[in-house]
Amino acid sequence: MAASPVAAARPAAAAPRAVGDDMTTRTISLSRPSRFTPVIRAILMALGVLFCGFTAFAAELPALTGRIVDNAGIIDDATKAALTQKLADFEKKGADQIVVATIPSLDGEEIEPYANRLFRFWKLGQAGENNGVLLLVAKNDRKMRIEVGYGLEGTLTDLHTKLIIENDMVPAFRAGDFSGGISKAVDDMVMVLEGNPEELEARGQRNPADTSTPIDPIVAVFLILWATMFFGGLAMAFLPPMFGTKLSPGVYKWLGMTFRYGRGTSGSSSGGGWTSGSSSGGGWSSGSSGSGWSSGSSSGGGFSGGGGSSGGGGSSGSW
Amino acid sequence: MFAQRLASPSTFRTLPAFLMMAIVLPLLAGCGYNTIPTAEENAKAAWSEVLNQYQRRADLIPNLVETVKGYASHEKDTLDAVVEARAKATQITVTPETLKDPEAFKKFQDSQSGLTSALSRLLAVVENYPDLKANQNFLALQAQLEGTENRIAVARRDYIQAVKDYNLTLRTFPSVLWATFWFRSNQPFANFTIDEDKLQTPKVDFGTKQGG
Repeated sequence: MAASPVAAARPAAAAPRAVGDDMTTRTISLSRPSRFTPVIRAILMALGVLFCGFTAFAAELPALTGRIVDNAGIIDDATKAALTQKLADFEKKGADQIVVATIPSLDGEEIEPYANRLFRFWKLGQAGENNGVLLLVAKNDRKMRIEVGYGLEGTLTDLHTKLIIENDMVPAFRAGDFSGGISKAVDDMVMVLEGNPEELEARGQRNPADTSTPIDPIVAVFLILWATMFFGGLAMAFLPPMFGTKLSPGVYKWLGMTFRYGRGTSGSSSGGGWTSGSSSGGGWSSGSSGSGWSSGSSSGGGFSGGGGSSGGGGSSGSW
Repeated sequence: MFAQRLASPSTFRTLPAFLMMAIVLPLLAGCGYNTIPTAEENAKAAWSEVLNQYQRRADLIPNLVETVKGYASHEKDTLDAVVEARAKATQITVTPETLKDPEAFKKFQDSQSGLTSALSRLLAVVENYPDLKANQNFLALQAQLEGTENRIAVARRDYIQAVKDYNLTLRTFPSVLWATFWFRSNQPFANFTIDEDKLQTPKVDFGTKQGG
């Protein structure tokens, strides 16, 4: 697997250290950087392999190009325009996000896992509310599914979706009227979701459509603390010798404080600066892994999902 | 003089050491300490969702049995099998703490798959009763049951992924270092396996062998 080159390279890097115990320290410090580069290279390679894997996995799912993703080409243009308008209006009202997708074929996969995968890939609905709905039609498999996000499972229940599929879509699809069946299904889904107007409004207000993600306050505090300690340490190390007054070799006075820079064994304040800077590295890592990625992924240009997820609610049918 | 001779190698030794610390410490923290606990909690949360959905299925069954009884009372064996399997399945629960125990986990999995097969037999029997199939109450229950089975499948898939991530952190570099030095008590979690009967390929037999 991807991790094996790393694991293989590690003993190789560790071995000379054990051997070098009876050598002088100087040779170790010289040899160490050259021994570490293969490890770093291996880590980078492993990361590269991981990312390649992810993109390959995601490539088989269609892209979210709009509210109606008609890859099977079964919806006529007039219906497409009308539905897009209707769904955009509906999302403005209550922030629930409905997307219609048609695909030519499932390539042998069951429709339930495919719909769930697609829903999570597109991240329909908002992150906090999970209020997305995906209507998926697989043309050649003659199957359809309404996948409901976690947050709407109580409103648009499994039974509702089953009835919508059986009463709206199946008869129309059997007659070959895909556009009619889909637009009727969308009408009914909107009707059910609007059935409780107070709840709809509340969903919209709890999570306004504008998704400008603010920075997590904890992350912000961490970053500020880290920056203070790290750059403070740096400043303590470099600024007094540059701007302070020199009292004696290695002793400087700056801003009313005395800084001692030890050559040799005397406890040095520059050392304190360095260690405090480096020991708060945990803050740096948690800060960078916290908000940067998620906010970047949730705010796409044009039409995009808001970060919602689905746990397999809804139901499927076939015609 | 002696002191000076000592001092110069020591600065030479401490400066690279400081530099190394400055470089290595953030790296260690960045790829390290939180990984295992985070993965463990994710796996536990995924397990709670699995339990939640299985519980939901168990809650649906009494209603389903009552409804079917009204139309198909002489399918007593099938109905009893479902009730029994449900009782057995609800007795065994695997708390997040006992996920490390493959035995307990297997018991749980067996009891739940027993309920699954009893339920599918019941739903197959129901096909013979058109009146029951037209019953609104039964339709609602069936839709809910289908939905729940699908939610179970999703929850199981999420759990499999979460456990894979967690077990990987215990075995792969660099988090294996944390596992050996710090989280020694952390054990890999048990994961779902496909039932043996589902692994067998279905046998197609058109009865030609007997004839010829």
